[in-house]
Amino acid sequence: MEAVLAIVVGVFFAVGIYLMLSRHIIRILLGIVIFGNAVNLTIFIAGRVVREVPPIIPLGLDVPDTVTANPLPQALILTAIVISFSLFAFLLVLAFRAYQDLGTDDTDGMRIAEPEGEDLPPLGY
Amino acid sequence: MAAVSETAVDISSAMITAPTPLADWVVIAPVAVPILFGAFLLMVRHHTRVHAVITLCALGLTFVANVLLLGRVLADGPVVMTMGRWLPPFGISFTADTLGASMALVGTLVAIVCALYSTRDIEAVGRRYGFYPFMLLMMAGVGGAFLTGDIFNLYVWFEVFLISSFGMLVLGSEERQLDGAMKYGVLNLIATTLFLIATAYLYGIFGTLNMADIAGKAGELRGTAPLTTLAMLYLLAFGMKAAAFPVNFWLPASYHTPRIVTAALFGSVLTKIGVYALLRTLVMLFPPERAMLSGLIAWVAAATMILGVMGALAQTDIRRMMGFVVISGIGVMMAGLALGTVEAVAGTVLYAFHSMLLMAALYLLAGIVNEAVGSYSLREVSGLYRSHPLLAGGAFVLVLPASGLWPKVLLVKASLDAGNGWLAFAILASGILTTIALGRFFILAFWRQGPDAALQGEVPVVGYVVLAALTLPVIAIGVYPEPFIRIAESAAAGLIDPSVYIGTVFPAGATP
Repeated sequence: MEAVLAIVVGVFFAVGIYLMLSRHIIRILLGIVIFGNAVNLTIFIAGRVVREVPPIIPLGLDVPDTVTANPLPQALILTAIVISFSLFAFLLVLAFRAYQDLGTDDTDGMRIAEPEGEDLPPLGY
Repeated sequence: MAAVSETAVDISSAMITAPTPLADWVVIAPVAVPILFGAFLLMVRHHTRVHAVITLCALGLTFVANVLLLGRVLADGPVVMTMGRWLPPFGISFTADTLGASMALVGTLVAIVCALYSTRDIEAVGRRYGFYPFMLLMMAGVGGAFLTGDIFNLYVWFEVFLISSFGMLVLGSEERQLDGAMKYGVLNLIATTLFLIATAYLYGIFGTLNMADIAGKAGELRGTAPLTTLAMLYLLAFGMKAAAFPVNFWLPASYHTPRIVTAALFGSVLTKIGVYALLRTLVMLFPPERAMLSGLIAWVAAATMILGVMGALAQTDIRRMMGFVVISGIGVMMAGLALGTVEAVAGTVLYAFHSMLLMAALYLLAGIVNEAVGSYSLREVSGLYRSHPLLAGGAFVLVLPASGLWPKVLLVKASLDAGNGWLAFAILASGILTTIALGRFFILAFWRQGPDAALQGEVPVVGYVVLAALTLPVIAIGVYPEPFIRIAESAAAGLIDPSVYIGTVFPAGATP
């Protein structure tokens, strides 16, 4: 099971990184989403994949009597999903605003903050 | 109805049964106070007139909490408070050691000064759009990042201050801000995602996220687990956050676009969190792996400090020049990371204090100059010496190489002791080039013959107050460095030998 998931994660990372290498903001953002999901799956595998045994301690015991599913990676993934989702929502809006104001989603054309051919500082006075 | 279980559960095997002493709450106060006040500001967001006052009160309380915390840490060693009273490593332990507490203190001082100047710099629209709540939530994230003892929790605090910094960065929605924020946002999100990847592997290897637990267990797993890969991933992720070459280009693309207080706060505090996280992971958790990567880190450090300051020399816009000076300082701090001895790490920590104060002061100075002349361009700003002699005096102290002298002395000595002559040369060369870059700023803006003094604008009183508040500690470090060096050395010693840190989180050697 881990091997299959590891291949899935590898494919996700490859697709995400390929998209992030694009010049266009929208592809970069799609790449970031896939990249983030690859990381979530990585955390899931890092917690070891076992059968779907709920981690519930039977009455009268202090520790579970069998190997149960690990609940911690799920908590970590949930946190990571919430955070990356909110950041992604912000970046989407930002990209749309940038597209409206700058008239392009090509990163090579976004030179407002760092204009080309700027003057050098004066060499003397 | 099922009967309630009669078996008495022994809670003490999983939980801390004694109530947390009141004095220990000071560990969480630098995070809780800004969050509470930030939430309160959201409730009164239409009354923008009271925002600045409430923010200053909140940051003042945070500052007091940080002073108390640092005092306690220096007197008794690290202080720990575990959330929800679950025994560590199951509960999240906030662990304040000298490094975290002292950097949180300096960061809060800078934030107070920035909040003071924001009364001039942030107009009504900016307040309306929530500059102050963003600022308080960012400071909560910063405090949390410095004080947490859990690596996943560190990731959460990174995201807290990242999302608040987005809000501050785009405040005003000018085209250049949207452009800068786009690059800042995408690259920082990738950096924190890399951090998360590293943390996933760390959890897979160690099965724990508590830093003290990891530091204790790393010894047994060394040799069987791919810890060098882990260290390399952390180096890349935090190097990106700290703006180390070659992953630094988001910083000069964005830090000159927001309001000047925002730029000051970012340039001073946010990049130093990257350095802090590098120290925490590489020096405390993975020292042999850091030693293995030492050559690489030294090259990265040298390239960052030299290329950074060369970028500064080529800039006409004062704010962009300061952005490159920030990068150059990151390179100097990474030199200490490459060497890894107590002296070198102490140099890094001391340089971090100095750089936090100095960079905030330089950015605010640029803002004050802009207020007097109406320009950030070195081609236009001139003649300030005649019209504003007091400002010129303050600026002269800031561009003097004196304040960064002692950390550089420590770092140069440590690199010579390690037989690393070229690194010492790079530190000295970057120091000279930084002095040239800042000295040229001073000569052009202040000494050059300018327009009539009557044509230049007034500098507000608060401008002098904030400059004095940052310049005085800079002078103090330059003139009487002994207590600061002692704090930095105690921080470095605590990182390199974390046995006290581990012993505080897991008392009586009860490592689970």
